[in-house]
Amino acid sequence: MTEPIVSIRNVSKKFSGGVIAVDNISFDIDQNEFFALLGPSGCGKTTLLRMISGLETPTSGQIMIGGEDMALTPPNKRPTNMVFQSYAVFPHMTVEQNVAYGLKVTGVAPDEIKRLVAEGLEMVKLTHLAERRPDQMSGGQRQRVALARALVKRPKVLLLDEPLSALDAKLRDDMRMELTRLQETVGITFIIVTHDQDEALSMASRIAVMEKGAVQQIATPVELYEHPKNRFVADFIGKVNLIDATVTGQKGKAITCDAKGLGKVELTSASQVGSAIAIAVRPEKLKIGKTEPKSDRILKLQGKVRDVAYYGDTSHVVIEGKDGLDLSVNVQNESREGGSGVERGQKVWVHWAPEDSIVLTE
Amino acid sequence: MESWKENRNVFWTFAAPGTFWLLAFFIIPLGFLFFMSFGEKAVIDGQVSITEIDISGTLSNYLRAFDPVFLKIIWKSIWVSALATALCLATAYPIAFGICFAPPKWKPLLLLLVILPFWINLLIRTYALIAVFRKQGYVNSVLGWVGLGPFDMLNNDFAVITGLVYVYMPFMVLPLYATIERLDRSFLEASLDLGASQFQTFMKVTVPLTMPGIISGIILVFIPCLGSFLTPDLLGGTDSQMIGNVIERQFKSANDWPFGAALSFLLMYATFGALALRWLFSRNSKGVDV
Amino acid sequence: MAAQLKPGQGPLDYGNRLWLKVLFAAIFFALYMPIITLVAFSFNTDKRGIVWRGFTLENYTKAWNNVSLQEALINSLVIALLATILATIIGTLVALLLWRFRFPMKGAYEGFMALPIVIPEICMGVALLMFFVNTGMMNAVVNLPWPLNLSNIVIAHVSFCFPFVAVVVRSRLVGFNRQLEEASKDLGASEWQTFWSIIVPYMKPGLIAGALLAFTLSLDDFVITFFTSGPETVTFPVKVYSLVRRGVSPEINAASTVLIVITVIATVIAMKLQAPEKSGKG
Repeated sequence: MTEPIVSIRNVSKKFSGGVIAVDNISFDIDQNEFFALLGPSGCGKTTLLRMISGLETPTSGQIMIGGEDMALTPPNKRPTNMVFQSYAVFPHMTVEQNVAYGLKVTGVAPDEIKRLVAEGLEMVKLTHLAERRPDQMSGGQRQRVALARALVKRPKVLLLDEPLSALDAKLRDDMRMELTRLQETVGITFIIVTHDQDEALSMASRIAVMEKGAVQQIATPVELYEHPKNRFVADFIGKVNLIDATVTGQKGKAITCDAKGLGKVELTSASQVGSAIAIAVRPEKLKIGKTEPKSDRILKLQGKVRDVAYYGDTSHVVIEGKDGLDLSVNVQNESREGGSGVERGQKVWVHWAPEDSIVLTE
Repeated sequence: MESWKENRNVFWTFAAPGTFWLLAFFIIPLGFLFFMSFGEKAVIDGQVSITEIDISGTLSNYLRAFDPVFLKIIWKSIWVSALATALCLATAYPIAFGICFAPPKWKPLLLLLVILPFWINLLIRTYALIAVFRKQGYVNSVLGWVGLGPFDMLNNDFAVITGLVYVYMPFMVLPLYATIERLDRSFLEASLDLGASQFQTFMKVTVPLTMPGIISGIILVFIPCLGSFLTPDLLGGTDSQMIGNVIERQFKSANDWPFGAALSFLLMYATFGALALRWLFSRNSKGVDV
Repeated sequence: MAAQLKPGQGPLDYGNRLWLKVLFAAIFFALYMPIITLVAFSFNTDKRGIVWRGFTLENYTKAWNNVSLQEALINSLVIALLATILATIIGTLVALLLWRFRFPMKGAYEGFMALPIVIPEICMGVALLMFFVNTGMMNAVVNLPWPLNLSNIVIAHVSFCFPFVAVVVRSRLVGFNRQLEEASKDLGASEWQTFWSIIVPYMKPGLIAGALLAFTLSLDDFVITFFTSGPETVTFPVKVYSLVRRGVSPEINAASTVLIVITVIATVIAMKLQAPEKSGKG
């Protein structure tokens, strides 16, 4: 196995006001990964990214890039380049001058600059706009300039700070694919900061979910969605129904527990008797039936439809069970006329397979 | 905004006093000055009158301004003002930059400290400088302790330039502060991130992007320096006079009003020229607008 | 510039750089040292004001008992007060005009209004001098009873103050939400009632700031007053000028200190009055 390209060791950042933005984080990022830092605003993800770039310095801990400690290396000497959230495309330079800037200031030969800039513009498909000024360009075009400007420097790591947040929905989808394509072509490690789970899930090869300055889980998109480690991750990635429960009995890997609104259920987990757990289940894994399902193996409950929201391809149904337990169910609208097939106030049965339940102990 | 025709009564109520005052006590006086600049002392009974003036349409007053004696003073006024402006820029830029990057709670206080001297009477500030720079002043006392001096620091060009810098520095700080404050920090970060050193970042990004503020500051300082009268009068020597002093002399001791009027108009044209330059620069610049 | 960074310090934390702090200290020292020594030495017993010999208020009593200095100060305050009232009214009307109406040649009108701000003071001074002499106003006011003999100076001061007031008030008006005015009229208020109960209260911080600016500008003016005052009507700066020409004396220090205190107090009041409004706006 190759050495990690970025290695973060016990890094903390405390701002002068006393706010702890990043609290003792450690993890590694491998060569050629498309790595996402995902979390709600204020979770410390941008601060972490800026510490990797050198624009902030950690209060304690160590950041290694390509095996070298970066503690004493200012941002202009680091093998990283950044695409800023506001793009920060220099307004007093043309597109070409912007892309050439990083090469010029580090003393690359003029011929080489010319070649690299042409290549960079080609890569982001902006060759025809080389003479333009940034104020005559759209947000998407400016973003491409920012990308080309960073990529021509051939950094070991490209850092992207919320790169899609300022674009409109249509452009965002295009750019998302573009970024994935670019990462595959150039073979540079990408680290992207985002608060948008869809962005992270669709682009990244690995995601670190952050909250309150700490990493909650690092995993691939599928693993994060299907095997969240704790309530925060389960709740933050996608939609989830969380049902509180207490473990009442344990036999090997099988447990019995008393769940709110469900009563006694049997699940697979290694939890201790008496511990409080949460049963997480995704809305699309739930089924709705008009009559009680026959099987005993499945989890089921009867409830009243409180709300139906129609979204075209799916309908979101909220079902009110016992003990104040509300469940959200996503129903595929398979036929044109029927919609979700249920209406407000109707009594229905909700059921799902036990293996679709995620047992969360944290 | 509504058209003036929609509410004529209100329009005239608002418009009349200011327009009247500006016409009567500013434009008309300037008109007098303008005509006077084309006049010459009347000749009554073969004698040149001291008080009577003929508006004869002569250009002699303007031509006289290009007499080597006066040309030298005009040239001196320009270079003294330019040097004072450059020194203002050199001291004000770090100050404005420092205030912008100071902790937020310090900013208002630092800004107040810069502006406060501006509220203190120009004359008093100039007088305070005299006390500091005279032969028995504090600067010479301090230099005396280390065995230097005493130097003649008053009544020369050095005193005039120092005085102008001292008096007009706040004018430079304010527009600079306004532009640097609005400069998006991520431009500086992007430059550093792309491999530029702090110095390269300053020269290639910070300075070009704050150019509108720099130009505003230069104009705001250069104009009053060029027209200054009090500072060279009190701090300058006999050979460090500027246009302002010559104009004053024409209206007081020399009693040559037409020539004074012509010089005043030349000074005003120079001012308008400077303003036009500012307008031109701000139109072409890509930096942060003020 | 340091290439190495201390832990926890970013490359853009220039505020923490030592060289900048030192430079700041040096420049502020240079800026304030002359003024502070001027104030300090107004309490000095030494006549020549070179060495500190002891604390005294004698310079102040001497300055106070100097009848011509006293007269000059009273003249200055009366002129500033009258000029402030007139300049505030006229300037505010100009601000309202430019804020509310579209009219032909508006750009040129605004340019003319800015002229008294941009042209060199000395040009304005000599122009007004010529105007007063040629229209006979110079001689006409000389024999008038006080304070009418100050009219020319007041007129000159209003001329250079009111455009400043207009700028300050107008910048305040720019933030006004026109819907408030429409709401007031919709609720049945007349034009006049709306003006007094909605627009004037909104303008108030701008009015106060503009008035205080006019007051300090008038109180501080030397150049224009120097040309437009007759021999009998001396203002404080003009009097100080004639004293300064004769040399440094602790009496001038005392008189200057009084003027500094007046202007600093006026400035601080202006800032205090504006401050809560600013924070309220967010």
